[in-house]
Amino acid sequence: MGSDKNELLDAYRRMKSIREFEERIHIENTTGEIPGFVHLYAGQEAIATAVCMHLRDSDYIGSTHRGHGHSIAKGCDINAMMAEIYGKKTGLCAGKGGSMHIADFEKGMLGANAIVGGNPPLVIGAALTAKVQGTDGVAVSFSGDGASNQGTTFESMNMAIVLQLPVVFIFENNGYGEGTGCDYAVGAESIARRAEGFGLPAVQVDGTDFFAVEAAAKEAINRARMGQGPSAIEAVAMRFYGHFEGDPQAYRSAEELTQLRETGDCLKIFRDRVEADKHVTKADLDQIDQEVMSLIDSAVNAAREADFPTKDDLLTDVYVSY
Amino acid sequence: MTQKTIREALNDALRQEMRRDNNVIILGEDVAGGHGGTGVIDAYGGPLGVTKGLIGEFGANRVIDTPITESAIMGAAAGAAATGLRPIAELMFVDFMGVCFDQIFNQAAKFRYMFGGKTRTPMVIRTTIGAGMRTAAQHSQCLYHMFTSVPGLKCVMPSNAYDAKGLLIEAIRDDDPVIFFENKLLYDHACDVPDESYAIPFGEANVVREGRDITIVAFSRMVHIAEEAAKTLASEGISVEVIDPRTTSPLDEETILESVEKTGRLVVVDESAARCGMAADIAGLVAEKGFSSLKGPIIQITPPHTPVPFSPPLEDAYIPTVAAVVAGVHRLLKV
Ligand SMILES: Cc1ncc(C[n+]2csc(CCOP(=O)(O)OP(=O)(O)O)c2C)c(N)n1
Ligand SMILES: [Mg+2]
Repeated sequence: MGSDKNELLDAYRRMKSIREFEERIHIENTTGEIPGFVHLYAGQEAIATAVCMHLRDSDYIGSTHRGHGHSIAKGCDINAMMAEIYGKKTGLCAGKGGSMHIADFEKGMLGANAIVGGNPPLVIGAALTAKVQGTDGVAVSFSGDGASNQGTTFESMNMAIVLQLPVVFIFENNGYGEGTGCDYAVGAESIARRAEGFGLPAVQVDGTDFFAVEAAAKEAINRARMGQGPSAIEAVAMRFYGHFEGDPQAYRSAEELTQLRETGDCLKIFRDRVEADKHVTKADLDQIDQEVMSLIDSAVNAAREADFPTKDDLLTDVYVSY
Repeated sequence: MTQKTIREALNDALRQEMRRDNNVIILGEDVAGGHGGTGVIDAYGGPLGVTKGLIGEFGANRVIDTPITESAIMGAAAGAAATGLRPIAELMFVDFMGVCFDQIFNQAAKFRYMFGGKTRTPMVIRTTIGAGMRTAAQHSQCLYHMFTSVPGLKCVMPSNAYDAKGLLIEAIRDDDPVIFFENKLLYDHACDVPDESYAIPFGEANVVREGRDITIVAFSRMVHIAEEAAKTLASEGISVEVIDPRTTSPLDEETILESVEKTGRLVVVDESAARCGMAADIAGLVAEKGFSSLKGPIIQITPPHTPVPFSPPLEDAYIPTVAAVVAGVHRLLKV
């Protein structure tokens, strides 16, 4: 990838959709209409997008509490996602899960996950299905730097290498797990080096550089698809907002906060690069901006107007049969 | 005596016990916060602010921020407790017990018995419980019934700030593993709390309100729901006794049985579980040991047998309400 116009526009559309989705939730959250916790992905869009560009609907991803970006990049319906976040019956999970549990198995999205380190074991399970059934399916686990320290993550990496599973572990290092810095909490030289210790081919890339992530993801996903086993990628990109909406972020300095968008805006970096390469025009990208804005606008309006589930829905879907 | 919130009362208890005994340490995720960042240390002071300021007084050697790694946190607390410290480990949400239960129920809880009475494991696990914050199925459970069923663990769940302080001090001084359940919706709940240190013994229920016609046993935040219901019922001329056991293990059976002997009727309000929860446990106790005083069936007010839903109207329907308790009492009294 790098010169195909349609692919570049597709990538930009996904990244821009994630950004606008998150920026809009940041604003709408202050109205009090969005229940519960939201964790925004703004700043990390290039990572989910670059990885998911190489995945098919039949491939699986497992996500985190910060899952909106992964869901959009994997093709989840934006209207249904927004409705879910508002707790509406029209939501992707009928209002039962909310922001931290968005899932769409049709799109290969195994779920956001409110347990840190919850998804890696599940994702190797999806990879096991692909291996046992002999498909060329691939499964990708997204984890944060904080989740990289969880025992479940270590166990999953080891089992993936032992069973030679078609899986890729993406570690999104955004510098912090809640209010604790990655440099404090990760004892190894880097998350990538530690993954290497488990026997996985692993690289560290700049997560604000779409093309860097894309190249690493392509190699790792191809390796998995060809039955050559698991890999890991550590992608470094800071989140623009707090851990959750409402986080005062005292663990970050004022300088750090002001510099985030100046130096670490993956959308701006992408735009500058593709416009300079003359593969796409400013007008192409501006048009996508417009389309995305109106898509998010109508998603918010529809979500606000949709009905809540009713009391009867409380008791449904606990079991398939009972 | 000053008015303090539960958050402040807990902070008081931790500070006073850490001053008293250098072996008391705190460990958990973001119990201070800010390590390895560009901002300030103690940026969080605990995810819900309970441990704020403690690292300033006691230092990072005793107020320990850990990686996100609950198995290692709980195991380290158990191992340290068995070898001379008195750790207070924080499990941010009780829902995360899934990641670390082995270290709690197979290890810490069983050491003393398995090793023929040779060990002490004086650790406290502070954790948060409860629905009502729209935090969905993996951040809203109570689960104290599961810990209560494990021999070797003591389970404590204060409903007010006075009890919170006294029970936490008792928990820290206790030589067995204690799980201390803090309801997320109660942190700002305030009442008079003495500045000086005091301990409340485990296994002593608090009779929150005396009454003649009916006994309501309730836990944690449900004590407040029961009290509200009692007020409503009082205006109808129904006299309700409200009992807060405060600890489910050990359980003050006597206070409950004596009350039922007096009123002849029992309602249990419990947010933990519809099946095999504290409501069922108390109902079983009274059915067996208080059967002859019962004038009617025991009513259990619990959530339905479902995970905690996200959407507000669903979550509101999930949590036991004042109206549900009043209706339960009406059913029992056939009014
Ligand atoms: C098992 C478990 N422990 C702790 C938490 C609380 N928690 C939620 S997100 C988070 C930080 C995760 O950090 P990281 O993996 O770096 O992801 P990021 O938030 O930076 O995207 C913590 C501690 C949790 N949800 N689950
Ligand atoms: Mg992080």
